[in-house]
Amino acid sequence: MNRILHKERLNPTVTLMEVDAPLVARKAEPGQFIILRVDEKGERIPLTIADYDREKGSITIIFQIVGATTEKLNRLEEGDFIHDFVGPLGRATHTEGLRKVAVVGGGVGCAIAYPVAKKLHEQGAEVHAIVGFRSRDLVILEEAFAAHSARLIRMSDDGSWGEKGLVTDALKRLIESGEQYDEVITIGPLIMMKFVCQLTRQYGVKTVASMNPIMIDGTGMCGGCRLTVGGKTRFACVDGPEFDGHEIDFDEAMARSVSYRDFERRAHDHVCALLKGGD
Amino acid sequence: MPNMDPHKHPMPSQDPDVRARNFDEVALGYGEQTAIEEAARCLNCKHQPCVAGCPVRIHIPAFIAKVAEGDFEAAYQIISQSSSLPAVCGRVCPQETQCEGKCVRGVKGEPVGIGRLERFVADWHLAHSTQAPERPAANGHRVAVIGSGPSGLTCAGDLARRGYEVTVYEALHLAGGVLVYGIPEFRLPKAIVQKEIDTLKALGVTVETNVVIGRSITIDELMQEYGYEAVFIGSGAGLPKFMNIPGENLKGVYSANEFLTRINLMKAYLPDGDTPIQRGKSVAVVGGGNVAMDAARCARRLGAEVTVVYRRTEQELPARREEVEHAMEEGIEFRFLTNPVAISGDEQGWVRSITCQRMELGEPDASGRRRPVEVPGSEHDLPMDCVIMALGTSPNPLIRDTTAGLETQKWGGIIVEEQTGLTSRQGVYAGGDAVTGAATVILAMGAGKSAAQAIDEYIQGRE
Repeated sequence: MNRILHKERLNPTVTLMEVDAPLVARKAEPGQFIILRVDEKGERIPLTIADYDREKGSITIIFQIVGATTEKLNRLEEGDFIHDFVGPLGRATHTEGLRKVAVVGGGVGCAIAYPVAKKLHEQGAEVHAIVGFRSRDLVILEEAFAAHSARLIRMSDDGSWGEKGLVTDALKRLIESGEQYDEVITIGPLIMMKFVCQLTRQYGVKTVASMNPIMIDGTGMCGGCRLTVGGKTRFACVDGPEFDGHEIDFDEAMARSVSYRDFERRAHDHVCALLKGGD
Repeated sequence: MPNMDPHKHPMPSQDPDVRARNFDEVALGYGEQTAIEEAARCLNCKHQPCVAGCPVRIHIPAFIAKVAEGDFEAAYQIISQSSSLPAVCGRVCPQETQCEGKCVRGVKGEPVGIGRLERFVADWHLAHSTQAPERPAANGHRVAVIGSGPSGLTCAGDLARRGYEVTVYEALHLAGGVLVYGIPEFRLPKAIVQKEIDTLKALGVTVETNVVIGRSITIDELMQEYGYEAVFIGSGAGLPKFMNIPGENLKGVYSANEFLTRINLMKAYLPDGDTPIQRGKSVAVVGGGNVAMDAARCARRLGAEVTVVYRRTEQELPARREEVEHAMEEGIEFRFLTNPVAISGDEQGWVRSITCQRMELGEPDASGRRRPVEVPGSEHDLPMDCVIMALGTSPNPLIRDTTAGLETQKWGGIIVEEQTGLTSRQGVYAGGDAVTGAATVILAMGAGKSAAQAIDEYIQGRE
């Protein structure tokens, strides 16, 4: 049981929670994730670590309300307990030796991109953060990115925030203007990461993508999180979650990511109906 | 006078047509009278071949004699001297190749139903005993156990009985390891596992769930910072194998581990479970071990037509005989000498069919079983909407990757001294599937038991 120390609504569908988890906070690194269960009958869901405070012993998670579990999680308040909370899982982002990096985040994926940008920035690397959202009301972590990057490029689909366009438009412009990156790190919707990787392949820029597939145990036991990387089956939980973006079979990953979409939609509607009834 | 009936008393069971639609336990267990009569079949042989067949050396004739007298609690006390999990073993041990395989009565007729009697005694105790086990006096020494499956629980129980302060670390949210995530409710009710774990807790064992050793805490930290004098690694063989055939990552292809975990641990079969599972109409299970039988029987209970696809013949099936018989009774089809070569999907990426090849048996291979060889031109398609791969598992790399100086085999198994379970690291012991690769509950328990003995000698020897 882990207590929620702080809760903050970042936008209408995205919530931040700081959770008391000293064992996880002691070891957590950017790129790693936790698995939680909201209650005794809950499913296990993976969430990437958005921040950690070793002294306070806390872990910050940022999640989008997309299904029954995140809906239930969002109903918990400061002082409430999360039933199970385990981590840190997965391999940490490789940041050593990187001097100039473009961190490309999209939507709630920015919550995961942020600690990576922060760590690189603190190590003295030159970080160009390219972050995209559908519209202004969905923007999260703007100040955090601004504080931990040499350049922050804001993009939105409708032009209501920053520049109108896709993150790939901005990345392409930067690369073509002569910016030379040791690496591009991209975290966001699969379709966005796919196009980021397609773009950087043309320019021969090494690109790492952070995958967030369906998972149960998070320790290599179920194989549900498997994906094809360079023609080989890999497990995101123990071999990843980050992989060489130019080697990932994104089309397969996208097909697998919607395995339970109908179930999830029904479960979400069911939970919403129940919770509404209880209000 | 012994009861000279050549047959075991049959196990009362749920009707196959009924049980194929529920997750309740299949075997219902002996009643008191049946147990007493079955116990009377034991000849109480002087040389006790059955005991030699038991990996944890339960004093079998002694406990059976108590059952014959009707003193079931005394019988339980005898079993529990040697076994930490009697209600579990009575249900899942492959008795036919162990104790019962050695029974003299088996020469002319059926052996004594030792497994059924063990189960009866353990269940009788759980139902009737109100007395918590006595907590032994603490000896002031601390040991950490990694993994709460059969080997870890056995090691923890044996050490706790000797007065050690034992903490068991479990990565999942629930203790029990394969007993809770792998073996289904209808074969091993989870309430039974919970009661066995409660018994260990009453002995003073602490169980810490949601801690991944190798990630949350390393073995070096356990020994240097947490002050454990010895560590036992019973982390199992959790990593599922796949066939590396085309289409294996289509939607609707599961590892048996994932399929069983969704059902057993996450309760996806219950209407109020939050965890989803695909309920296939036609399910192929690839493999012939106990895990394959468990997966097939679970899929059947979720309403599917199920086919087990196995590349050798019925004789080579590695599963317990009883599981195969139960599966057949429940209407599961078997296709022997058949091996998948590809899985095909529809436009949305869902499984539509598997392509199989016929096999024939050739020369014996390293395992002594005749090697299956492809029959050229025998490819054929079987329409399926779900495929479950039950091909075995290998040890998880988390611990070996984070523990310097821990020697492992090429395939990942931890290298140990056979008698003691001692690894290449001082004070670090290992046993169960983490050492052997996927094997049985009772072999894992045997390893946990000998490691507990060795850890005790090691720590006492340091004083």
